[in-house]
Amino acid sequence: MTAETQPLIKIESVYKSYDMGAEIVHALRGINLTITRGEYVAIMGPSGSGKSTLMNILGCLDTPTSGSFILNGKQVSEMDDNELADIRNQEIGFVFQTFNLLPRSTSLRNVELPMIYAGIDAEERRQIAKQALISVGLGERINHKPNELSGGQCQRVAIARALVNNPSILLADEPTGNLDTPTGDEIMLLFDKLHASGRNTIILVTHEEDIAQRARRIVRIRDGLIASDESNIPK
Amino acid sequence: MKLHQEISQSFFISLDAIYANKMRAVLTTLGIIIGVVTVSLMNMAIDGVSNSFIRSISVLGSDTLYIEKNGWLDFQLEWWKRRGRRDITLRQSRKFMELMGNQFLISPYVSHQICTVEYNSEKISGVFMEGAIAESAVINNFEFSQGRFYDNNEVEGERPVCILGNDTVEALFKHESPIGKRVKINGINYEVIGTLKERGTFMGFSMDNVIYLPITRMLNDFARHPNVGISVQIKDLTQVDELTEEIRGAMRRVRQIPPGEPDDFAINKQEVLLNTFNRVSGVIASVGLFITALSLFVGGIGVMNIMFVSVSERTKEIGLRKAIGARRRTILLQFLSESILICLIGGCIGILIACSLSPIVNHYIPASISIKTILFALVIAAFVGVISGYIPAWKAASMNPVDALRKE
Ligand SMILES: Nc1ncnc2c1ncn2[C@@H]1O[C@H](COP(=O)(O)OP(=O)(O)OP(=O)(O)O)[C@@H](O)[C@H]1O
Ligand SMILES: [Mg+2]
Repeated sequence: MTAETQPLIKIESVYKSYDMGAEIVHALRGINLTITRGEYVAIMGPSGSGKSTLMNILGCLDTPTSGSFILNGKQVSEMDDNELADIRNQEIGFVFQTFNLLPRSTSLRNVELPMIYAGIDAEERRQIAKQALISVGLGERINHKPNELSGGQCQRVAIARALVNNPSILLADEPTGNLDTPTGDEIMLLFDKLHASGRNTIILVTHEEDIAQRARRIVRIRDGLIASDESNIPK
Repeated sequence: MKLHQEISQSFFISLDAIYANKMRAVLTTLGIIIGVVTVSLMNMAIDGVSNSFIRSISVLGSDTLYIEKNGWLDFQLEWWKRRGRRDITLRQSRKFMELMGNQFLISPYVSHQICTVEYNSEKISGVFMEGAIAESAVINNFEFSQGRFYDNNEVEGERPVCILGNDTVEALFKHESPIGKRVKINGINYEVIGTLKERGTFMGFSMDNVIYLPITRMLNDFARHPNVGISVQIKDLTQVDELTEEIRGAMRRVRQIPPGEPDDFAINKQEVLLNTFNRVSGVIASVGLFITALSLFVGGIGVMNIMFVSVSERTKEIGLRKAIGARRRTILLQFLSESILICLIGGCIGILIACSLSPIVNHYIPASISIKTILFALVIAAFVGVISGYIPAWKAASMNPVDALRKE
């Protein structure tokens, strides 16, 4: 297989269980999923169905109880702690429902953070971060702290942060969950634009049908299993 | 990320975190502050005491034995063991010198008598009077600013001559040379034939506030208790033990002590004082060390506690940092440097306090806080930071990012 045809993500019969002492919670029960470069995937499903669990595994924040996860041709389940940290730094961009910005740092510092861990030197870091903030429409807000920004602006900062290291995958777990509808739409426009640029692979979890309809593929999960997996043409 | 980048990043992150909780950090360091103050002042005191002690004890000469009725440390002996001891007389010292021949420099001496010295209208009291023979100038390494020591003809002739210590000269002869002048010692006329250069202090006593007379003359004029000591200078220190035995034997013969009876005199050495001093300063050091260790321990626990608080307050931040690629070691260093920094801040405050207290200590002991002491205190503080920060930092570093992110 060449790099072009090789899938970006290939997971096979992935299980994830939590041992709660009295009972064992099976969050994922044999998921198979293949995602290629440049795809725009929405993951849907009822609460507790295992969406976040799956996202955490895809983001190398967590490891499956069993099954295989191949990212970019590399077996993730065999990686040690440092390798996982480096993968998260280089290959994954995470966008969270609650933004997770450092409250006492400016937008610029927040966006610089992944580059600090990548070992990029200060001057270059600042330039890239500034550029990333401009591209999400926050060129005027680089020295603001999160409590001086609106929710939508915070999420833009988080998206800029997720993108600065040019990751292979952008993972977003309910990115509009804490935003009102118009603001959510603005954020989704940003995702659409990122997809249109053709450089990004986007996987997002959502509850809202409207939002899912923007993606090119919708994966539905129920009780830790994939219930349906269909391509979608946005209206 | 390279290690030096990690360290400098950690430093700035910690600085920021501490700055956000200034008051808490300062309060936390109280134990460290007390510990550092104790350790600095104690170091200063011990340095000061031992410096002045070593400096003054060196005038005794490590190569000289002092035969006296009582040992220097005999205050430890029961009084009844010392009560019956006979004084050593000048005659006994002469006999001892005969027995020993001239393999050593030997001088009998009488000391510790206080007298008044007058010259014209000037008068000073509280001067230490000491009698000896010519050899004592060599044994004591006397250096003369003017004139000379008495010779043994003057000793045998019981001549009324004297040598003045530097303080005495300065007090009595402000504008003229003392040589050849007559002074009155407790009302008796003596001629000044020499003056000594400044010698400093010995165990708190000035060695310049003295006047030296021929021992014979001194015993004639002033001695109520003619208790003589004998100084013996040994050239070859490697043989000190055998020579001490030889001296003991000679002294027992002089004092006619029957075999089996214990000595009724003591052979004193500088070394004995040194050992005792070392023991005493060892005790001081261990008490100080105990206080230091205790407060550093308490302080360390405080810092550990605050670090646990800091880690749990920032669980979400830790999760985020891990999610975007911070390695375990990076997080560890971040929190470790925070606790080291807290302790170093405490250390610096402690040093400032110790420096401002040092004039008070200096009032009693001539000493100052040295760079060495400051560095030592900072190293100790940093060490406490590492020890007390390690477990919380490890806890932070080994957090699971998913669990950490989920925490509210
Ligand atoms: N750390 C954990 N310990 C125990 N059980 C867990 C843990 N994390 C998730 N679970 C369980 O796994 C299941 C799936 O959880 P997950 O968070 O993936 O659901 P979700 O689909 O993201 O739901 P939501 O839409 O509400 O976010 C749930 O039943 C949850 O209780
Ligand atoms: Mg979820």
